[in-house]
Amino acid sequence: MTRPSTEQVWEWLDQVPDPEIPVISLVDLGIIRDVAWMGDTLEISVTPTYSGCPATSFINMEIETAMRGHGIQRLALKRQLAPAWTTDWLSEKGIAKLEEYGIAPPQPAGGPARCPHCGGTHLERISQFGSTPCKAQWRCTDCLEPFDYFKCI
Amino acid sequence: MELNEALERFALRMGDNTLILGHRVSEWCGHSPVLEEDIALANTALDLIGQTQLWLGLAGELQGNGKSADDLAFLRDAWDFRNLLLTELPNGDFGRTMMRQFLFDAWQSILLPRLAQSPDARVAEIAAKAAKEAAYHVERSADTVVGLGDGTEESHGYMQQALAYLWPYVGEIFDTDEADDCLAQAGVVPHFSTLKDEYYALITRVLTDATLDVPQDDFAHRGGRDGMRHTEHLGHLLTQMQWLQRAYPGANW
Ligand SMILES: [Zn+2]
Repeated sequence: MTRPSTEQVWEWLDQVPDPEIPVISLVDLGIIRDVAWMGDTLEISVTPTYSGCPATSFINMEIETAMRGHGIQRLALKRQLAPAWTTDWLSEKGIAKLEEYGIAPPQPAGGPARCPHCGGTHLERISQFGSTPCKAQWRCTDCLEPFDYFKCI
Repeated sequence: MELNEALERFALRMGDNTLILGHRVSEWCGHSPVLEEDIALANTALDLIGQTQLWLGLAGELQGNGKSADDLAFLRDAWDFRNLLLTELPNGDFGRTMMRQFLFDAWQSILLPRLAQSPDARVAEIAAKAAKEAAYHVERSADTVVGLGDGTEESHGYMQQALAYLWPYVGEIFDTDEADDCLAQAGVVPHFSTLKDEYYALITRVLTDATLDVPQDDFAHRGGRDGMRHTEHLGHLLTQMQWLQRAYPGANW
């Protein structure tokens, strides 16, 4: 087969959903650090969000499945630790989708800016940790709904 | 001492600390006082186990005999572990678990950002990743220590007791040997003695906010980081943690 361009591969990766937050893609999440051809082997560098995130191995499997589906035969997945993942790498498209989905996007101030349900700004923290390593639990005291906040790191 | 050997010992100690404490914290899974705390403890354990994979992965690489992080975690016996005694102590009540977590997190939150500046790229990469997690952990464990210490009379009593029990295990953090000296001399890892004042200042501030009396006794139990005298608790922990690999060698899923 002819080698698809790296731009094409990035597009394909942008269609692979994050297993925990399926409305955003792996590219939106900012964990794909590099795509390159080494001879006839496609190399994709992936960085973990949290060092113990159990989704990491599942994500690698999803990437492999997707690339095989597009006819890639030789694939090498590389774990890239540095620079360490930061929520600054979330795409703008991803941030908008997170909020639409009901997850408040990360803020440099360290807490959500507004309730993703009603837009209210009277918020309280329930717990520093949430359903996945990347989230914390908050509650809106305007509409009384709890919601996930994507931690800023 | 040769630098490579010193670094291997250092990586093993870092990884054993996070492995043993991570396993201890995971014992709370499904048993915490409230759901949010259960989730928080499980997530903390997960971060620590993740850091273990990186540190023990490096230790295995430096040993150069093809051992993986899993091999080091599951196929060594108690006397080969190099974790601080503090990390292997039983959980006790929730207050004691959080006090132990705070005393450890405070140390990591000071050490890891320094290691992230190490000229050794392998050390710096792991530390930069772990430092972010440690900063988050210490925020939570310090808040909880203050909340419970400066809480009700009963919770205050529990926290003061927890501190009395754990205090003799704090001193070991600052023990050093020829490996530490070698790494400090090479500029790869700061000498722990240079971080001591900062550590005691941090924990004294938080413990004072928690209205707890900081013990003045500097007696310290030793024998974890050199493996000479672990507590009787480590063997029991390993029988749980290593059971599957010992019953079914090479098991995989
Ligand atoms: Zn609301």
